[in-house]
Amino acid sequence: MGYFLQQLVNGLTLGAIYALIAIGYTMVYGIVGMINFAHGEIFMIGAFISLIFFVVLGVLGVTWLPLALLLVLLLAMALTAVYGWAVERIAYRPLRGSFRLAPLISAIGMSIFLQNYVLLVQGAHEKTLPPMITGGFELMQSGGFMVSVSWLQLIIVGVTLLLMVVFTAVIQLTPLGRAQRATEQDMTMAALLGIDVDRTISLTFVIGAALAAVAGLMVTLQYGVIDFFIGFLAGVKAFTAAVLGGIGSLPGAVLGGLLIGLIEALWSGYCPSEYKDVAVYAVLILVLMFRPTGLLGRPEVEKV
Amino acid sequence: MRWTVRIFLVATFAALSAGAYAQDIKIATVGPMTGSNAEVGVQMRRGAEMAVKDINAHGGVLGHKLALTVGDDACDPKQAVSVANQLANAGVVFVAGHYCSSTSIPASAVYADSNILQITPASTNPALTDDAAAKGWINVFRVCGRDDSQGKIAGNYIAARFKGKPVAVIDDKSTYGKGLADETIKAMAVHGMRPAVHDSINAGDSDFSALISKMKAANVKAIYFGGYYREAGLIVRQSKEQELNAVLMGGDALVTTDLWKITGEAGTGTLMTFPPDPRNLAAARSVVKEFKAANYDPEGYTLYTYAAIQVFAEAARKAHSIKVADLSKTMKANRFRTVIGTIGFNAKGDVIGPDYVVYDWKDGTYAELKK
Repeated sequence: MGYFLQQLVNGLTLGAIYALIAIGYTMVYGIVGMINFAHGEIFMIGAFISLIFFVVLGVLGVTWLPLALLLVLLLAMALTAVYGWAVERIAYRPLRGSFRLAPLISAIGMSIFLQNYVLLVQGAHEKTLPPMITGGFELMQSGGFMVSVSWLQLIIVGVTLLLMVVFTAVIQLTPLGRAQRATEQDMTMAALLGIDVDRTISLTFVIGAALAAVAGLMVTLQYGVIDFFIGFLAGVKAFTAAVLGGIGSLPGAVLGGLLIGLIEALWSGYCPSEYKDVAVYAVLILVLMFRPTGLLGRPEVEKV
Repeated sequence: MRWTVRIFLVATFAALSAGAYAQDIKIATVGPMTGSNAEVGVQMRRGAEMAVKDINAHGGVLGHKLALTVGDDACDPKQAVSVANQLANAGVVFVAGHYCSSTSIPASAVYADSNILQITPASTNPALTDDAAAKGWINVFRVCGRDDSQGKIAGNYIAARFKGKPVAVIDDKSTYGKGLADETIKAMAVHGMRPAVHDSINAGDSDFSALISKMKAANVKAIYFGGYYREAGLIVRQSKEQELNAVLMGGDALVTTDLWKITGEAGTGTLMTFPPDPRNLAAARSVVKEFKAANYDPEGYTLYTYAAIQVFAEAARKAHSIKVADLSKTMKANRFRTVIGTIGFNAKGDVIGPDYVVYDWKDGTYAELKK
């Protein structure tokens, strides 16, 4: 029992990080109907920016942890958002209205470009951060197994759920959200009704990038090792999460992320962990066979 | 139009200056200059550059200067083969490389076809020289040891120190990592020891918490890890977080101070097998001083790469030839004084030299374990 609970904790933490990245995929797909393959790279850039600011703050002598964390969080979100905005402005907007595959290829190009940009600027070497938030508490002792939860794990899961609630509310309740939903349904009609479609799409990319920056910060804190290539693996997993949950649906992305994290942890816990990715994709295929739009996705209505 | 002309001129100029002078002897070192093992790539590049500089300063080889090319295989087998083909086309006669066994082995086929001598400073998988010998290739050598002897040392050590206690054996599914883990299990089995947890991870993953919980549930006291330093470091770091008090032991791929950057203090007591540190040898003293003067500590495979090039230069002098058949015959018949000691080669191309010893990590550096 204790062991199972520990694996649950492990899986939820990992899943929360996938979920944060998956939200960015799902929001962009929802609104422009394209898969932003450069999103994994945006996450990687968020991780690098977080790490750089930790080092800078350390040099400046900001050592009070909550303040340092808050500053890094805000700065990383702001700067990564600029990257998200720029990617949309440079690589996708000029291609809006061209054939469907064009922005997809452009996205792959952007992904390769960003990866190599970081490789050239930061080097191939991995960058490390010593553990900053240490400690935790013992949840319970059961069956001779001590279930331990670290503060950082709590923060990661808490922040993810909080951001999901906030952004679901933004989409449901605010004028920006209304504009996003309108743009999602029919871009031309939304524009005719006075919605600035370009601005709405830009803001969607900005929000997605800011969330990816949060994920980047979490990964930097939790694992402490980042390099220019982490965006690829994380991006693939997060994209899978978005598809599993139903691409276009925000709670779906979070559900998908958490599920993938749980499958990985529980499979590793009870079966040979070398096959954990096989397990993840087997579940994905099963779900797509019975629910082609994912767990929480709406069936796509072909627009005429 | 003007731009096209300019680009053409620049390209022509670049092509001219890149091609070495015809009388130079072209050699290369190939390793992971990028990717997650890039730290070792730096060691190889540094070692090779210094060796070429020193040899050229003493008049080169057979009256010719050595011209060094640095190739990048990123520890990717496909990239290794394409780099090997490029080097073959460029007329390279000797390659000090590669690093990962999974790249050295496929590249060795290209070198065998193109009559290029290959001396790897670091690839320890037995199949490299075993397969080459079975196929009748004469061009494959290594100045490092083999995983069967490395795994034996590790297995014996674990069996002696953790007798009767549960241990885990983890590998990263790479040619090197899995080969090493399997050899270690074999050596443990001789002492009647079986791993309580035997599992694999995916290289490139960052989260090993589920696996660590599994080892914690099995009350594991030691983890043998066949794989590279990034994952080893992450396992140590995450074990500490989950309060799994187990000692991690690894192979020669952990020989880089980058391991400590990942683990921090949690890395204290981490063990690894590596040949006796060449930096302490009298034969290496002047070269180590030269490296230190250039503000570089020749750790890990730096001196092994240096030694590989020394062996090539010395063999060429003795054979009065840079043909692979002559070099190979000379290398197997003679012993060579290098910065890693006096070494020779057996019929398969494996090194005859010092055996592995166990090191442990403390305060950001590693030292031979006192017997």
